[in-house]
Amino acid sequence: MVLKESASQTAGPYVHIGCVPSFAGLEDMYGGVDPGSVMVTGEPAGRRIAFTGAVFDGEGAPLCDALIEVWQADGQGNHGPSNGFTGWGRQPSDGGTGAFRFDTIKPGAVDGQAPHLSLWIVARGINLGLHTRAYFDDEAEANAADSVLRLAGERAGTMIARTTPEGFHMDIYLQGDNETVFLDV
Amino acid sequence: MTLPEIAPRDRDWHPPALAPAYRSSVLRAPRHAPLRFDHTASELTGPVFGQDGIGPDDADLLINYARPGETAQGARIVVHGRLLDEGGRPVPGKLIEIWQANAGGRYRHKKDGYLAPLDPNFGGCGRCVTGPDGAYAFRTVAPGPYPWPNGGNDWRPAHIHFSVFGDGFAQRLITQMYFEGDPHIPLCPIVQSIPRADAVDRLVARLDMEATVPMDIRAYRFDIVLRGRDATIFENRMEGT
Ligand SMILES: [Fe+3]
Repeated sequence: MVLKESASQTAGPYVHIGCVPSFAGLEDMYGGVDPGSVMVTGEPAGRRIAFTGAVFDGEGAPLCDALIEVWQADGQGNHGPSNGFTGWGRQPSDGGTGAFRFDTIKPGAVDGQAPHLSLWIVARGINLGLHTRAYFDDEAEANAADSVLRLAGERAGTMIARTTPEGFHMDIYLQGDNETVFLDV
Repeated sequence: MTLPEIAPRDRDWHPPALAPAYRSSVLRAPRHAPLRFDHTASELTGPVFGQDGIGPDDADLLINYARPGETAQGARIVVHGRLLDEGGRPVPGKLIEIWQANAGGRYRHKKDGYLAPLDPNFGGCGRCVTGPDGAYAFRTVAPGPYPWPNGGNDWRPAHIHFSVFGDGFAQRLITQMYFEGDPHIPLCPIVQSIPRADAVDRLVARLDMEATVPMDIRAYRFDIVLRGRDATIFENRMEGT
């Protein structure tokens, strides 16, 4: 390697202006549609789910200025845009409650791994974007065989989303007893 | 499917999660070391963006929020450079998004209450897709420095935030570009959370008189580097299989 990666810097508190401008109040920017705001654009194969959660700091307060991205396989376990599905989503946490929500489909298994969403979290105070995964609590057999969950050991449960009426929910803890497993991706 | 590998991230080159002089990091820094594992398709692939959907003025912050016939206030600049990987290869076809304060140091954001006024002709965001040679360019105004709450008398150096995509989700990067000669650079806890001076230096854009348009607009040059995709490993593997 002849060059070094550009050093990361925090996304800061105003990341929304650049990444979700409509959310930031620039309603007409980019045709009024924030990139990544819609993942399901047609009728893709697979189960429609809402993936919800929030990100919490070391004092248990939700981050109300975070930005979360999802990258995932489609219902058949293939990455890349497929019929009616983009595979990539981006949402801000709610400015009041910190809650985030992705309307997506449940991914299929990829290369022998348990089905999962790849997550990337940036915010003020986060110097290098945090990678983690969301697995699903109705995939116990596949989860038990998943190499990343096995590596995580007793902390693996922090990467497993739990079933809700609309889909799945996973809270992300930046610190504390329940600190989420972050990945050196 | 065999995908080119992505070089490991040198975490000692990046700011540590916990940088106490940057107070916001104290409660937001994970305490456990991140878990290292072998990349899978989930990390080696990523979203693909084309020119489709990119508007003709998206990369021109001078006019992309301005009333017809008007432009943003401030020193007019071009910010341009190339997106490269650690192997020095251009990275074409990738989305770059930027955001910044206006010439007075004020963001168009409901949570920014700085005294400096909003500019009705400046939104503060732009985007483009890198060309075949990895090149990108934005037109904008030079952002102003601004004060920020960090427990003392803290001012951010003038900066532009950059969000960059690569081929794989593992290459996802957000960083900031600073300006050559800014005396706030050595004083800023966010900049100085980067452990090495040479890593900071690489985030400092240089005045580029070659690209300056006489009587119109000055230019700054800023190259961005993403983690390498190791073609050598890829080729060797291909031979071996
Ligand atoms: Fe800023």
